[in-house]
Amino acid sequence: MSQPSNPITRWLDSDVGYSLRNSPVAMAAAVVAFVCLFCAVFAGWVAPQDPFDLATLELADARQPPSWLEGGSPKYWLGTDDQGRDILSAVIHGARISLIVGLTSVALSLLIGVALGLLAGFLGGWVDALLMRLCDVMLSFPAILVALLIAGVGRALFPNAHTPVAFGVLIVSITLTGWVQYARTVRGSTLVERDKEYVQAARLIGVSPLRILRRHVLPNVLGPVLVLATIQVATAILTEATLSFLGVGVPPTSPSLGTLIRVGNDYLFSGEWWITVFPGAMLIIIALSINLLGDWLRDALNPRLR
Amino acid sequence: MTHMNLLEVNNLVVEFATRRGLLRALDGVSLTIAPGEILGVVGESGAGKSLTGAAIIGLLDPPGRITSGEIHLAGERIDQYSEDQLRGIRGRRIGAIFQDPLASLDPLYSIGHQLIETIRTHLPLTAGQARQRAIELLEETGIPAAAERINHYPHQFSGGMRQRVVIALALAAEPQLVIADEPTTALDVSIQAQVIGLLKRICQDRGAAVMLITHDMGVIAETCDRVAVMYAGRIVEIGPVQQVIHSPAHPYTVGLMASIPDLETDLERLAQIDGAMPRLDAIPPGCAFHPRCPRAFERCRLERPELLDANTSRAACWLHAPEHVA
Amino acid sequence: MPIFLLNRLLQASGVLVSVAFLAFLLFQYVGDPVIFLLGQDATPQQIRELRSALGLDQSFLVQFQHFLGNAIQGEFGISLRQGTKVSKLIAERLPATLELATIAALLALAAGIPMGVYAALRAGRFSTQVLMTISLLGVSLPTFLIGILLILLFSVNLGWLPSFGRGDTLQLGWWSTGLLSVAGWKHIVLPATTLAIFQLTLIMRLVRAEMLEVLRTDYIRFARARGLSNRAIHFGHALRNTLVPVMTITGLQLGGLIAFAIITETVFQWPGMGLLFIQAVSFADIPVMAAYLCLVSLIFVTINLIVDLLYVLVDPRIRIDRPRKA
Repeated sequence: MSQPSNPITRWLDSDVGYSLRNSPVAMAAAVVAFVCLFCAVFAGWVAPQDPFDLATLELADARQPPSWLEGGSPKYWLGTDDQGRDILSAVIHGARISLIVGLTSVALSLLIGVALGLLAGFLGGWVDALLMRLCDVMLSFPAILVALLIAGVGRALFPNAHTPVAFGVLIVSITLTGWVQYARTVRGSTLVERDKEYVQAARLIGVSPLRILRRHVLPNVLGPVLVLATIQVATAILTEATLSFLGVGVPPTSPSLGTLIRVGNDYLFSGEWWITVFPGAMLIIIALSINLLGDWLRDALNPRLR
Repeated sequence: MTHMNLLEVNNLVVEFATRRGLLRALDGVSLTIAPGEILGVVGESGAGKSLTGAAIIGLLDPPGRITSGEIHLAGERIDQYSEDQLRGIRGRRIGAIFQDPLASLDPLYSIGHQLIETIRTHLPLTAGQARQRAIELLEETGIPAAAERINHYPHQFSGGMRQRVVIALALAAEPQLVIADEPTTALDVSIQAQVIGLLKRICQDRGAAVMLITHDMGVIAETCDRVAVMYAGRIVEIGPVQQVIHSPAHPYTVGLMASIPDLETDLERLAQIDGAMPRLDAIPPGCAFHPRCPRAFERCRLERPELLDANTSRAACWLHAPEHVA
Repeated sequence: MPIFLLNRLLQASGVLVSVAFLAFLLFQYVGDPVIFLLGQDATPQQIRELRSALGLDQSFLVQFQHFLGNAIQGEFGISLRQGTKVSKLIAERLPATLELATIAALLALAAGIPMGVYAALRAGRFSTQVLMTISLLGVSLPTFLIGILLILLFSVNLGWLPSFGRGDTLQLGWWSTGLLSVAGWKHIVLPATTLAIFQLTLIMRLVRAEMLEVLRTDYIRFARARGLSNRAIHFGHALRNTLVPVMTITGLQLGGLIAFAIITETVFQWPGMGLLFIQAVSFADIPVMAAYLCLVSLIFVTINLIVDLLYVLVDPRIRIDRPRKA
C-alpha cells in the first residue's frame, strides 16, 4: 500500500470507478464520447477543411463519393456534397454545433430545474403545489411539441431573426422541455431532507436556508441529477437534430448534424447516400455513447444493485 | 411410527459471491426435525435464521448458493435438486410462511383464486371440489363467513386475517413440513398469540412439523418442542425448549435469557450482552462468540467448537468439552 | 366511482381550458386575429365590420369566451398559408394521422410487451443482452433518422416499399382510409414502423424493468414457495402486476405518438395533421397552430381519461365503491 494516492486513483478505487473498470462497454462509450467532444471543441484544428469558408470550396469537386469508392479521392475522405463541401469537415463542424446547443440547453435546464426543485421542496405549501401542477402539465405534453410551438412562436415574433436570436429561441425551446425532470427529482429529495431532524435543528439555530440547501440537500441529489443530465444531453442533441431537420432549428448558416441530414435527404434517390448517412452516423455515435454512459452511470450509482 | 427424522440438515454452508470476495453466511449448520415436531430457530437479525429456512426450501436469492453440506427430507437428498424437482417439493412436501402477510399475497387476485390455484396445482381436484376445499381451509383458519370472503381481495382483510389466509395457503397441499419465517413479527401483539396458536393447532392436526423462525423467545417458549439458537451463521445451542430456556448451556444463550426482563424483579438497567454480533466478513477465528463471552479462555480463541453434549441439549462451547467439565 | 369520474372530468376540463387559453394568447396577440378569422384577402370593409363585431376593445375575459365558443365549434379562422378554413384543413388531414398513429401503437404494443417479458425472464442470457443493446440503439436513434434509413434500405436499395404519400385512399363519408387497399397498406408500413420503433423500445425497457421489480416481490416468492408452475407465476401473477403500472405510462406515451407523427409525416410526406403543423410552424401560420394545439390536447386528455378508467377496472385496490370489511 505504498502507492501515493491521488484523487484519480482514489476515484478509480471507489465503487463507481470499479464499476467503470469492470464494464468494457461503458469504458468504450466514455472514450468515444470523449473523442467526439474533443473533435467538436477543436473543430477548427481537427477538420481538414473549413466548410463555411466559401473561398475554399471547389464546385468542380461537388458530389464526389467517399474515398474508398470509385470516383472518390483521398482529399475528401467521406465525399463531398452538392457544393463541394468536404463531408468529413461538415460533420465535425456540425457535431460541434449540435454539442454546443445540446450542452447549453442541458446546463440551463439543470440550473432552472434544480433551483425550482429546491425552492418547491423547501418552501412547500402553495409554491410546491403550483410547481407540481406545472410539472404534470408539462410532462403530459411531448417535448417535441412544446419545442416546435416555441420555435413557431419565436418565428412569428421575430420574423427576420438574426443568428444569435435563432439560436436563442432554439436553446430556450429545448431548455423548457428538460427542466421538469430535475425539478421533480430535486424536490423529492429536498422534501425528504427537510423533514430530517438535523435540518430542523439547523433551522432552529438560525442557519440560513441557503446554507442548508447547499451543504445537506445538494450532495444527496447530485447522483440522480448527474444521471439525468447525462441522458438529457443525448436527448437534447437529438431534439435539436430533429428540429433542424424539420427546418425550424439552427439557422442555415450554421448547419448542425440535423441540417446536414435534411440537406442530404434530397440526394438519397439520386444515389448520393453519403451526404446523409455520415452526418447520421455521427449523430448516432454521439447519442449512443452518451446513452451508454448514462445507463452505466445509473447502475453504478444505484445502491441497490451493488 | 417411524424413527427417521423428517428433516436432516448436515453441515450446511451457504456462501455469497460478492465484490469483496466469498462471504460465508451459513457456516456448517446442522439440525434435525422429527415428524410432527416444532423446532424453533432463534437468534438476532443477521444470524442466519431466514437463510437456513430459504436454503431448505430452495429459495436462496442469488448470489447466495449452497456450497457444501446436505439436506435430507424423509431420507431423500434435496439440496442438489434442479429447479423442476424443487418445484415438486415446494407446497406439497414443504410449505413456507413469510413475515409480511400483505406483501405475501398478490393484490390483484382474490384469495379464493390464489387458494384454488395452489390446491389444483398439487391435487387432482375439479374447480368445484377445490373451491369447497378452499372454503373448508378458510374456516379451519378461523376466517368468518368463509364462503363469502373467499371472493375478497387481500387488501380487504386486516393483518391478522391475512396471516390466517397465508397459513391456509401454505397448508393447502398438506405439506409434511412448514417453515414459518417470523410469522407474527409484523402483527399486533394482541393478534400474535392467536395466530401462533392457530399455526400450532393446525399443524398438529395434520401431523405436520414446523420450523418456527423468530427472534421472540416468548413465542418459542409457548410453542416449540425443541429450539436451536443461532449466532453468526452457526448453531450455538440446540435442545429441548425447557432445557435451553431454564438451563442454557451456551454463554450466548445465557446472555439472551438474562436480557429478557422479568415482571417480578426490579431493574435499574436492562441487562445486555456487551458488543455486537460480528459482520459476516469479520468473524473472529475459533468460537465466533469469544470476544463477547465472559467465560472465554485460550481454546475458544483458537479452535472452533463443535456441538457438544450438555445434559439433554447440545452447545457449541468448549466449556462442555469432557476434559473441561471433568 | 361517480365522484372519481367527476373529479377526473373536472381536471380534464381544466387542462383543456388552460391549453385553449394558450391558444387564445397565440391567436390574439401574435399577429392580427381579425386577419386570422377572415383571411388575407378580406376587404377593408369586412375587416372593419368584424373588428367592431368582435369588439376588440372589450374585456379580456369576453374575448377569451368568444374564442372558446369558436374553438368548441371547431372554428379557428382561415389558414394564413393556404387561405382555406382551418377546420376544413384539419378534417381532411385528421384521418391520415389517426390511422398512422393507431397502426404504430398496435405495432409498438404487440412487439414491445413480449420482448420486454422475454428480456425479464431470460435476464443475463446472450440473446437478452443483444436485445437490450438493440433497444439502446432504438432510443439513441432519432425518429427521422430511422425513417431515412428505412427509406434508404427498402425504397432506394431494395425497391420493395414506397417512400412517400398514402397510396390509394377510399373515402367513407367524412373519413378517408388507406387501409382498404393493398397500395394503402404498402404505403403505411414504413411510416408506421418508423413511428413505432421509439415507442416500442420504451415499452420494452419499461416492461422489462417493471417485471424484474415484480419478480423480486414477496408475493412472487410466496407463489414459488407454494410450488406454483412457472407459467402461473410468470404469466398469471408477475405479468399482470407488471402490466398495471405499465399500462398507465404506456397509455400516456401512445398519446405522444400523435406528436411524434409530425416528424414521421415530414420524412414520408404523409398528408396528415403533423405535416400540416410543421408547415404552419415554418410559415408562422398561427390559426393552424392554435387549432392543432387545441385538438392535440383534446386527444391527450381523452386518452388520459380512458387510461384512468382502465386502471380502475384492472386494479381491485382502487375500486372505491366496494365496502371495506375488517
